[in-house]
Amino acid sequence: MDAELVRQRARARTRHSWRHTAVSALGPLTALVGLVWALIQPYRITLLDPDKHSFWYLAVQPPLFVILVGVVFHFWLVPGLLGDLEEVEEHSS
Amino acid sequence: MEPPAEVVHWLFGVGFVFLSLCLLAEAIVGREVWRRRAWRAYLWPGIAFLMGVLMWPVMVFYTSSAIHMLAHSTWAQVMMLVGGAQLGLVRGKLHNPLWELTLPLALLVSGLAFLIHEQNPWLFSRSAFLHHALGWTMIAGTVITLGRAVQPRSTAFNAGFAMIMVATATLLFCDRNLAPIFGHLSPLAGGR
Repeated sequence: MDAELVRQRARARTRHSWRHTAVSALGPLTALVGLVWALIQPYRITLLDPDKHSFWYLAVQPPLFVILVGVVFHFWLVPGLLGDLEEVEEHSS
Repeated sequence: MEPPAEVVHWLFGVGFVFLSLCLLAEAIVGREVWRRRAWRAYLWPGIAFLMGVLMWPVMVFYTSSAIHMLAHSTWAQVMMLVGGAQLGLVRGKLHNPLWELTLPLALLVSGLAFLIHEQNPWLFSRSAFLHHALGWTMIAGTVITLGRAVQPRSTAFNAGFAMIMVATATLLFCDRNLAPIFGHLSPLAGGR
């Protein structure tokens, strides 16, 4: 009886886990997009050639900002969100 | 020491990336889970409102023409309207669900502002192309957010709205003060 309950619960958890995976992937995917962008357009990374650029072009480098947004989102927002998601999925299963 | 216009566009692009990640996460986990913590519920409306506030200095300091200034002030107003209305709805100060219609209204007005204030054709320059593309992206966003207002829990409409924000960010990142588009740059814009 207990084993059956455990199996049902595991099945239910697997059924909902795509949300968990998708939310967990958002930040890393965003950072990956920023990284690929930096590799495709290295001239956007003005820090590689700092003497040729003015302050604003050194301060604002979109590929690095996209990576930063992905990292901040992943480490600041996602952990609490996943905790709440797991709690809701536990209750509904 | 004002930043170049293209740099300002990139900074707003960063804001739209974060906004779209929040919206996408909300679309995936559902509104109930997203709003389990109060600060998270205020996050995207707060960002929208803040971006509206930050649009005012852009309007003041980048006055290349009157129509340009009017367009920027329109975007500032509608972003603040959306952010304020959503904050009111989340907080419970506003009860009428019709306030949700401020979002499609803002996208429609923003799209029209893009299309009306761009006087040149699509292939005049990259900037002109992006204005047209952003305008039509916003118009598409109007349709999607109208659906979202009717079915607020629809994953498709919520994810669609998030993707409109991703497209907006991508187009803003493509902006350059003066650059060709698909090899075209009008001599009137500075090309040869």
